[in-house]
Amino acid sequence: MAIAREAGPVGSLHEVREAGLDREDLLGIYRSMLITRGVEERGHILYRQGKIPGSFYTGRGNEAASVGVATAMGPDDVGTPLHRDMGVHIVRGVDPWRIFAQYMGRQDGPTHGRDGNVHMADSQLGLIAMVSHLPAMLPVATGAALAFRIRDESRVAVGWFGEGASARGDAHESMTFAGTRKLPVVFVCDNNQFAYSTPSYLEFATEHVADRAEAYGFEGVVVDGTDVLAVYREAKRAIDKARAGGGPTLLECLTLRMEGHAVHDDAFYVPKPMLEIWAASDPIERFRSWLRDNADLTDDEEGEIESGVKRLLITALERAEESPQPDPSSLTEGVFASPEDLDTPHHK
Amino acid sequence: MAELTYLQAISDGLRTEMRRDKRVFLIGEDVGVYGGAFKVSLGFQEEFGPWRVIDAPLAETAIVGGCTGAAIMGLRPVAEMQFADFISCAWDHLVTIAAKQRWRAGTPVPIVVRLPSGGGFSGGPFHSQNPESSFAHIPGLKCVCPATPEDAKGLLISAIEDPNPVLYFEHKHLYRRIKGEVPEERYTTPLGKARIHREGSDISVITWGAMVYTADEAAQQLDSDGVSVEVVDLRTVMPWDKAAVLESVRKTSKVLVLHEDTRTGGFGGEIAATIAEEAFEDLDAPVKRLAAPDTPVPFSPVLEKAYIPQVEDVVAGVRELAEY
Repeated sequence: MAIAREAGPVGSLHEVREAGLDREDLLGIYRSMLITRGVEERGHILYRQGKIPGSFYTGRGNEAASVGVATAMGPDDVGTPLHRDMGVHIVRGVDPWRIFAQYMGRQDGPTHGRDGNVHMADSQLGLIAMVSHLPAMLPVATGAALAFRIRDESRVAVGWFGEGASARGDAHESMTFAGTRKLPVVFVCDNNQFAYSTPSYLEFATEHVADRAEAYGFEGVVVDGTDVLAVYREAKRAIDKARAGGGPTLLECLTLRMEGHAVHDDAFYVPKPMLEIWAASDPIERFRSWLRDNADLTDDEEGEIESGVKRLLITALERAEESPQPDPSSLTEGVFASPEDLDTPHHK
Repeated sequence: MAELTYLQAISDGLRTEMRRDKRVFLIGEDVGVYGGAFKVSLGFQEEFGPWRVIDAPLAETAIVGGCTGAAIMGLRPVAEMQFADFISCAWDHLVTIAAKQRWRAGTPVPIVVRLPSGGGFSGGPFHSQNPESSFAHIPGLKCVCPATPEDAKGLLISAIEDPNPVLYFEHKHLYRRIKGEVPEERYTTPLGKARIHREGSDISVITWGAMVYTADEAAQQLDSDGVSVEVVDLRTVMPWDKAAVLESVRKTSKVLVLHEDTRTGGFGGEIAATIAEEAFEDLDAPVKRLAAPDTPVPFSPVLEKAYIPQVEDVVAGVRELAEY
């Protein structure tokens, strides 16, 4: 039996306006979702062309969840997005060409070839770079929230994790600490139902991951992760609550991982009927229909947004391909920080 | 100058930095109301309040991971592990995130983790370890091991000031046994700079932490037999003062590397290898290592005495070298 609140869909434009979004915002969200998917689709092509070393991961099916939450964040808020959360980087303003450069291990990627795939973040945009040990980012987000609390700042941290990551102690310790101290942090669970090949019921025994929130002393909410407006509404509520001193929320965005764990994985273990059901609620298609039905999205507008995104990504790819390879002689630089590295506004 | 115990010097250093810089805060289990298991932060919560002296839940992962997040947001966290042994629970956060974030993502992580370490009081396998070499092996972490009260204060202040994750190993056996003159004002002791604890001309003993005193006692005994021992206190294991070690080795031509950590993979191996690579021609005997055997730390006083290198072990080791 579910303990967490199961949030419903967003109905009308009126409801959306109440949540603080105008029509321009809605078109912006749609555009961000297209860029998110476009970046990953082109990344896939780059991988097949042999231009991406190592492996390649996408968040297909998670575009609404990542874009919805990121849109609800304030400019001074911070987050620790994971590898299914490309939409967060896009909404926060990371240039797609730098993402392609990162994929290819080039000098102009945010990590300059030192780390791969989505292990990156632009700290100027309030993001902290993830590690492969996914749940390990939750204590970091909690620590950011602790800093906001210590300094009495009106800022919120958002920590992402998957339903697989929910099995590890990091998730438990972070939520325990954040709960006891009512820290301004929102825990966002991208529940895409498979941790590599392991299905959710082998990761947790409750109906929802968010059911646990009750035990940590804060609210748990489950939302359809393919419904960008419902995700936005619930994320906004949680973030506003945290900002107002109301403590954490565990927001679970339910989706299905529409591709393998990484490119090498054909995900044979995901039942076909399940894929078909979730394909019918593709987040981008779903939002496009909503915009047509509720916000009078015209063919012209749609065409303009699509061609704009296409142009952006073509230019981005060209620019990334021109980015040089990193210089091997720089390998040992920067293992340790120098005092000048702390010469940033927030370290003063 | 005031005469302080090693423990009081640590408190003094921490208090000095917390008074000077409001970004510095302390977090750990029982550090607030109780003042810490060893009372290093006694009275701190009264002075700095509950949000700068934070009683954390029993959750080392959240403590060290939380410090990483807070540091990236511009604060200067100091975490206390109740015992150094418990750092195993926070391994990921030091090794996977804090150590690599600067190199990989350009984000410095200025945190200090205080680690009450070392044996000698029947703490057993989980309250006595010296895990510094495990962390010295990880690129991006610094390891500090003060031996004297003066260094305990100066090195702690340097560690807090440092823009990197620093593990500060405070030896529990020195807490109340060792007293010394400590300047009252704020000062820093640079990381990576060894000190000569005792000058000598025949044999160098390279060591750190509580073993500095074991070496010194052995040196006093050997002195009356006409063997002059130089005791080099590394102070910090990462970075370590290679130049000072090589200089001492070149002067004496015989060297014993001594540590309380276990032998295989202990940091002494790195020092011995470096001496062999860079000062081979200056040596008159093979480099000798003296360390704990490759076992967990035992509980029984009899067993623990057999485990931790004793003064007579150092005397015997040095004699062997002298006769070579």
